[in-house]
Amino acid sequence: MPRDTTTTPAPTGIDPRGPRVGAGITAGLLAVVVLLGPSRAGLALLALVAAGFLLGAVRGAEGTVQGWLFRTFVRPRIAPPVELEDRRPPRFAQLVGLAVTGAGVVLGLLGVPAAVPWAAGIAFVAAGLNAAVGLCLGCELYLLGVRLRTAGRTTGATRR
Amino acid sequence: MTTQLGVLGALVLVTVVVGAFWRRRQGSVRTVPVRQGAAVDWAARGLDLGERATFVQLSAAVCAPCRATARVLRDLADREAGVEHHELDVEEHLDLVRDLGVLRTPTVLVLDGSGAHAARASGGMSPAQARRALDAALSGAERP
Repeated sequence: MPRDTTTTPAPTGIDPRGPRVGAGITAGLLAVVVLLGPSRAGLALLALVAAGFLLGAVRGAEGTVQGWLFRTFVRPRIAPPVELEDRRPPRFAQLVGLAVTGAGVVLGLLGVPAAVPWAAGIAFVAAGLNAAVGLCLGCELYLLGVRLRTAGRTTGATRR
Repeated sequence: MTTQLGVLGALVLVTVVVGAFWRRRQGSVRTVPVRQGAAVDWAARGLDLGERATFVQLSAAVCAPCRATARVLRDLADREAGVEHHELDVEEHLDLVRDLGVLRTPTVLVLDGSGAHAARASGGMSPAQARRALDAALSGAERP
């Protein structure tokens, strides 16, 4: 099958449990933001979480503080991973996290304090799902995004 | 503070409900295709179909369970005579994705021996679910 456009080969892998543990830590921080409500302290903590997502979006989930915590304190205490995972899906999830929390921070700075707990709440559910059941945001959102981006472009000409 | 605690409680509840729903949907096999009318010219896409059944897996680079699902389906296709597995990148087959109404990855189409849609599943698939999907395609082919 020479014409298969497979996406399977992954150059280097990461321990799939790393991003999930990281998402759990992030969900904890976001829960605190929700509890702080539309306050200055909430905005500051959300900005910190958003900065972490920025780090993850640029360097991958393993390049965040949460990733470091996993490698340093969790991984030495658990069995080696059964299999390694592609770095790209968790990195995409970091990008989604950055978009949501970043929007909350920007709106908070622009004088819409209610946006802070809202953004934190949405990101909390996503991070919580990632930690608890391994929800893969890249699987649910990426194709929708591509379809929206190219919505006007696909015409009969591209069909075979 | 009590309001915020209530909000957080509601958020946890939402997470639990969505999580349970999401996990149950992973890889569940639907035998009635969403759009039956969409006939696809697989040969034009360079896919050689299996004599008995074919798995067409639509994957994306940012999809973690796509890798595991590809392994599961490849293993099954290797063990079963006349069964093929193909993995397509959604990015390169957007028209197909649109025609078939595919919204998430991985989405697996199961074709019977004639190349018609027999079943469909989305989300990561376990070996048992792959087996069920294949059985759906094979039993459909034996019906008159």
